[in-house]
Amino acid sequence: MTDLTARDTLFSGAGSSRAKRRNRKQVILQGLGLAAISFAALMLFILIASLIVTGHKAFVQTHVTIEVHVDPEAIPVEGLPRGGFRDVLLASLQKQFPEVSGRSELRSLQNILSNGAQFQLRDMIEANPALIGRTVTLKVPVSDPFDQLAKGLVKRETPEAQRRVNDREIAWFDALDAAGMISKPINWGLITNADSRFPELAGLKGALVGSFWALLVCFLISFPLGIGAAIYLEEFAPKNRLSDLIEVNINNLAAVPSVVFGLLALAVFIGWFGMPRSAPIVGGMTLALMTMPTIIIATRAALKAVPPSIREAALGVGASRHQVVFGHVLPLAMPGILTGTIIGLAQALGETAPLLLIGMNAFITSAPSSPFDSATALPTQIFIWADSPERGFVSRTSAAILVLLTFLVTMNAIAIYLRSRFERKW
Amino acid sequence: MYDTPTVERTVENNTVKFAARDVHVFYGETEAIKGVDVDILDKTVTAFIGPSGCGKSTFLRCLNRMNDTIDICRVTGTITLEGADIYDKRIDPVQLRARVGMVFQKPNPFPKSIYDNVAYGPRIHGLARNKAELDEIVEKSLRRAALWQEAKDRLHEPGTGLSGGQQQRLCIARAVATAPEVLLMDEPCSALDPIATAQVEELIDELRQDYSVVIVTHSMQQAARVSQKTAFFHLGDLVEFGETSQIFTNPRDPRTESYITGRIG
Repeated sequence: MTDLTARDTLFSGAGSSRAKRRNRKQVILQGLGLAAISFAALMLFILIASLIVTGHKAFVQTHVTIEVHVDPEAIPVEGLPRGGFRDVLLASLQKQFPEVSGRSELRSLQNILSNGAQFQLRDMIEANPALIGRTVTLKVPVSDPFDQLAKGLVKRETPEAQRRVNDREIAWFDALDAAGMISKPINWGLITNADSRFPELAGLKGALVGSFWALLVCFLISFPLGIGAAIYLEEFAPKNRLSDLIEVNINNLAAVPSVVFGLLALAVFIGWFGMPRSAPIVGGMTLALMTMPTIIIATRAALKAVPPSIREAALGVGASRHQVVFGHVLPLAMPGILTGTIIGLAQALGETAPLLLIGMNAFITSAPSSPFDSATALPTQIFIWADSPERGFVSRTSAAILVLLTFLVTMNAIAIYLRSRFERKW
Repeated sequence: MYDTPTVERTVENNTVKFAARDVHVFYGETEAIKGVDVDILDKTVTAFIGPSGCGKSTFLRCLNRMNDTIDICRVTGTITLEGADIYDKRIDPVQLRARVGMVFQKPNPFPKSIYDNVAYGPRIHGLARNKAELDEIVEKSLRRAALWQEAKDRLHEPGTGLSGGQQQRLCIARAVATAPEVLLMDEPCSALDPIATAQVEELIDELRQDYSVVIVTHSMQQAARVSQKTAFFHLGDLVEFGETSQIFTNPRDPRTESYITGRIG
């Protein structure tokens, strides 16, 4: 009898063929799941590792420390801020290499220093004109080819014709290095400088500030509107065809490709309303359009998750509907709402396509001081740098991606913290 | 149910609080209550008994218009509270619910302090002019719910930290705090252990001094223990309504007899 055999095999492990097949299926399913997770983890590891390998070199910047005699003849006090800062720098360098002469050789020598060096000297002297006539110690970035050389990204074994620095220039650089004038401090310029044509001077300040303004505008618009819409739809709207239609459309809106929102913003905000191009206010408004559906959906889910017993309790003691919503349901739903909002904002922070369409990928060398100034954002800055031909931008692109990822991970960590901290306290 | 100790109780000739006449309740197309007439007396415990889905909770929720929150629910007929039709358009359901308190099946304190739980109703209805008055209401309500001794030293701890039975008494205190005339209880002991149940039942008997209490229960013993009047519902009909002792010892309707002897239910 089947009953008996079934009982016989109960204790003999994988007795029947059915049990064997079932166990095999289980093993395969678990194996597939494990393989999928391992694959995802491996890909993530490769992504982060390659970014760190390429990007870590941008977190230091080669500098040269030179003694500069501020010649009063080249830089007269009354002529400030104009003056021959460049020549003064060159003269100081030339002291190291007395044998160098001739126009083109001198120009090559000068090219060791970053183009920003003269402005650094200018700013220093402008702030303190008493320095004129004295000798100052100046630590300035070297130009990109020499930075690459110092970091080993330009290989000495490469034939001279295919290098961006020739043998003579390498010899000068080595002489400076031997004299202890070359150093590689942490590259704070990556965060404190705005964008620049010269990789050694380019930084993310403009992009960081631009992203901050855009996200602030995005939050100020999408948070109140999103929560308001969600509360109305979830708590007050009558359940009929119209509200069903609205619900379906909100869900669809969350799935609309972001580039479409960019075109909309270009046509409406910039085209009709004549708002400024490349401005974080427009970027923020565009991102708000995209974030709002996310916030509405998250808020509605959080409101739904509040147990009906709390609503009943409040109604039972004679609270009106709005007292129930604002006094009980909304505070309990707040952690869920905030989590959804932060995730929505993190998405907005990484969004690129709509910002490209409204011109937030312009080359702007100063950080915006208000949401109405032209600016870039972090993802568009990455886009610009990835597109730039100079080799120095390769590592800077990776470094910028790491900065962006740091912000995203931080925002998501806050969301996870909020979720676990305030989860279900009823 | 012959082993249930039913004490012969005399019901004083109390005034009628709720009077329901020909009440029908529809959920969409389904008729959940099929014409109920009942008078609920002041200072009396009225028990609604009946098998699951018989409409006893639905009818209870008509008495403070909690059914209003369900979109598809429709109530016809008249229910009057001290002569006033509670389904009249001029009646504010919010005010009604302050006069007709409710205690639910599962203890559902707000995730706030014990004090705030009790003080919530008086606050939103403006029953206290100042902090001292509010303190007084909170203390009185907690005493009324026999929770004061246990809760007085932890008034500012969360109400959700109490035990199940204490939580349910907190909910009773919360309902009492708005100074209602009627207390509706929807299976208040079904989530409690026997000891907590006994405490709540004792409390219900005390509450009868001041309030009209309507209790829905699955437990016939409980109905027999705490109520003076019993209504037996079956499939949306009010089958029998009368003195509790009479219902349990000498039911007139064969369906009531079947139910209390355990043949249907």
